[in-house]
Amino acid sequence: MQQLVNTALGGITLGMVFAAFALALVMIWRSTRIVNFAQAAMAMVTTMLALSLIERGWSYWAAFLAALATGFVLGAVIERTLVRRVEGGPELNAVILTLGLFIVLTAGAEIVFGSDYRSFPVPFSLSGTEIGGTTYALTGFDIFTVVAVLVTMGLLLALFQFTDIGLRMRAAAHQQEVARLLGVKVGRMLTLGWALAAVVGSLSGLLIGGGSLVHPHYMESVVVFGFVAAVLGGLDSPAGAVVGGLLLGVTLSFVSGYVGSGLVALAALVVLVVVLMVRPGGLFSATTARRV
Amino acid sequence: MLQVEGLSAGYGPITALHDVTLGADEGRITAVLGANGAGKTTLLRTVSGLHPARTGTVRLGGQDITRHSAEAMPALGMAHVPEGRGVITELTVEENLRLGGLARGRVKTADLDRVWSLFPPLDERRRAAASTLSGGERQMLVVGRALMSRPSVLLLDEPSLGLAPRIVTQIFELVRGLVREEGLAVLLVEQNARSALSVADRGVVLNLGRVVADDDAAVLAGDDQLRHAYLGF
Amino acid sequence: MAGVPQRLRTTWREVPLARHLVLAAIGLVLVAFTLPAVGDFRATQLTELAYIALAAAGLTVLTGLNGQLSLGHGALMAVGAYTTALLLDERDAGPPLVLVVLAAVAATLAVGVVVGVAAARLHGPYLAGATLAMAVAVPGIAVHFRDQLGGEQGLRTYTPEIPGWAADAAYYLTGSDPSRSTYVAFLAWATLLLGLVLLANLARSRTGRRWAAVRDDEVAAELAGIHLGRARVSAFAVSAAAAGAAGAMLAIADRNVAPGAFNLNLSMTLVAVVVLGGLGSLTGAIIGAAVLTLLVSFGPGLGRSLGLDDLASEQVAPLVAGLVTVAVILLAPRGLAGIAQGRLAARRARRAYTSAPSSDGGSPPSSSTPAGSGSAGTSTAVSTPTGKGTP
Repeated sequence: MQQLVNTALGGITLGMVFAAFALALVMIWRSTRIVNFAQAAMAMVTTMLALSLIERGWSYWAAFLAALATGFVLGAVIERTLVRRVEGGPELNAVILTLGLFIVLTAGAEIVFGSDYRSFPVPFSLSGTEIGGTTYALTGFDIFTVVAVLVTMGLLLALFQFTDIGLRMRAAAHQQEVARLLGVKVGRMLTLGWALAAVVGSLSGLLIGGGSLVHPHYMESVVVFGFVAAVLGGLDSPAGAVVGGLLLGVTLSFVSGYVGSGLVALAALVVLVVVLMVRPGGLFSATTARRV
Repeated sequence: MLQVEGLSAGYGPITALHDVTLGADEGRITAVLGANGAGKTTLLRTVSGLHPARTGTVRLGGQDITRHSAEAMPALGMAHVPEGRGVITELTVEENLRLGGLARGRVKTADLDRVWSLFPPLDERRRAAASTLSGGERQMLVVGRALMSRPSVLLLDEPSLGLAPRIVTQIFELVRGLVREEGLAVLLVEQNARSALSVADRGVVLNLGRVVADDDAAVLAGDDQLRHAYLGF
Repeated sequence: MAGVPQRLRTTWREVPLARHLVLAAIGLVLVAFTLPAVGDFRATQLTELAYIALAAAGLTVLTGLNGQLSLGHGALMAVGAYTTALLLDERDAGPPLVLVVLAAVAATLAVGVVVGVAAARLHGPYLAGATLAMAVAVPGIAVHFRDQLGGEQGLRTYTPEIPGWAADAAYYLTGSDPSRSTYVAFLAWATLLLGLVLLANLARSRTGRRWAAVRDDEVAAELAGIHLGRARVSAFAVSAAAAGAAGAMLAIADRNVAPGAFNLNLSMTLVAVVVLGGLGSLTGAIIGAAVLTLLVSFGPGLGRSLGLDDLASEQVAPLVAGLVTVAVILLAPRGLAGIAQGRLAARRARRAYTSAPSSDGGSPPSSSTPAGSGSAGTSTAVSTPTGKGTP
């Protein structure tokens, strides 16, 4: 019983992080029809940067904010200087470009930050919570993780639904030319979209790395999990990304707890293949017969 | 209000507009007519900066705007309702309208109220997704959206496309009213020459990218030879 | 009128199999003479070049010729490598090497069919994501089934003895006994050349034209009676088979097969090689692999001369490979071979134009592209991004 609850709790925490990562992928997909395979590497870079700052004596929170700010700049610069040139072109080119970035960022991080496993300290308790005499594997950092992702989602929702800039971004994402005729500077909106997505991606990197070991490859499986979560919910649907992330987190947590941790990625692959074969548009797609 | 002089534009090796000169005055509707492929849509796209001009100038109220980008046009007082209307179906009715207002910086409640009163069917469906609107309602929405930016020049590309004749008449009457009351200059592109000439003050006929006639609408409608050769009625 | 030289030239131009076989034979002889002279260290590098080139050639056929991108070819190499390791697990009682390699190819081919059936329904980013998941998932299987597949430590493989006749032949040809590294390098190169001949001929065959037709225009291909799914699956299976052979060579060369060797880096490296080589050109795949191997061998030195420590210097090669991949896709989407071929084709076209007033006699210039170039890849999805200004 206790193990069951712990596994579920772990799954939800993990799922929240996947959800954030998937949300970042969805934001980019909606605006530029590109799956950003470099996102995990971008998040890794900002997280490694945060750790380096902490090791130099910065507080966790200052480093946390610095990482998010760096993510913002990194996302904007990558979109503006590189991705812009393949937008609207053959989809294979965009895929290869983001893969190339993945390689560059990973190798670059190993050169700059080294390839050691380093522990990422957090100002939260990393021990379980005791409820009614039983200790559950829900740490203070887990609670922070869930809250941070929920707050971020709330902020994004508010931005897109209730602000002028959010309205412009949505218009630019859906119909570029009409948006231009309505005075929306589409290029800027796409850059902003990538920048915000990179912030959300960085957040997930900080949350996955926090309290455990980080190194330039620690996000490699997350690129797969985030992608699977996003496809599970439908690449077009932000809400779907969140639900997909949670579902995948819980599923993988159970696979890891009851079958074997080596097979977690395989389970994700199976989930992905089943979704693509049965409901290619994701669990929440309005259009069932979409080409994938 | 709007003066186009010696405008040429094209796609790669193809020249779609040859040395086109025409004007649209305030308080008047100028219809641009011609067969499919005559260059009507290219003309509007070049005027509003979506497509680059090769030679010639576009002036708005005396100011040369030939090299201005499409994004800058609403602020200069030009609104372009593109071919196929350009409803953003993923947004709600009100969001589409607000976007039109944002083109001028910020959304004024008075402007919104005006559109609600001009188009009661939209008023009833403020929060509905634009994808649920009928063809006629969509046309109202894009005209309303254009009005949100308080334009002095309105470019309309084939508003009659796919609409029932009754709705087309409604839309044209509405535009007529706006022109009369607000002194708007309208450049109306239409394939449906008969109904366009019935509402327009002036008509310009394009053939293979060249202006072949430019006269009062009544004169054009009375010119049998021209009607048979270029206008198909 | 036409004399023997003329007939030879015609055969050369019009019978790709003959041309490819002759080139492969020349290549094999060159390799046989070169390998003993280069020393063990270089021989090991050349082995790596050979199996990377072979896997990249397979990926090239898939991506360039059929338009499917796989980020999971590293995982397919793992299938070939583990099959080899399971068969070569005893010092001297293993089956003949040829059978081992064939078994590895067969196993990977089978996996390729399964993956291909799933992949045939996907495109672009979805296919990329799914194969990426495969690249990450497969090493985990080896970790999980510790007892059968050796877990993190992996499996040990034993190189079969050098056959007596081969040792003798090498001795008479070069005057020295072949070392183990030389023998393995020769095996890898022989496999590579054989693989290239098969792939090049397949690319030129009816099957290859079907693959290209599906890549260029699905609807048109379907109307022409091509079964889209079958074409995609067969391209994936053939491509997988090449990766399987490459994996077998890796297993024999490294004498150890462990999950760490088949990480995401390997799959990414293959993609980089293919992009570098120009997506669609087999020659390009070899050039790409050579460039990458050179990078790997000079990168660390370069890194150290820039003042990096040893571990960081190791990363210079992937860093440069990634940068070049990005640069190629932005500046020259047809890759290195594409640049060269563009020049060559231009020169040919000029020559054909000036020297052939009677155009009915000669074959079109495109049919005389150099051996091994499966397709110029001009109409791959990754051609120049044109057509932006048209309505």
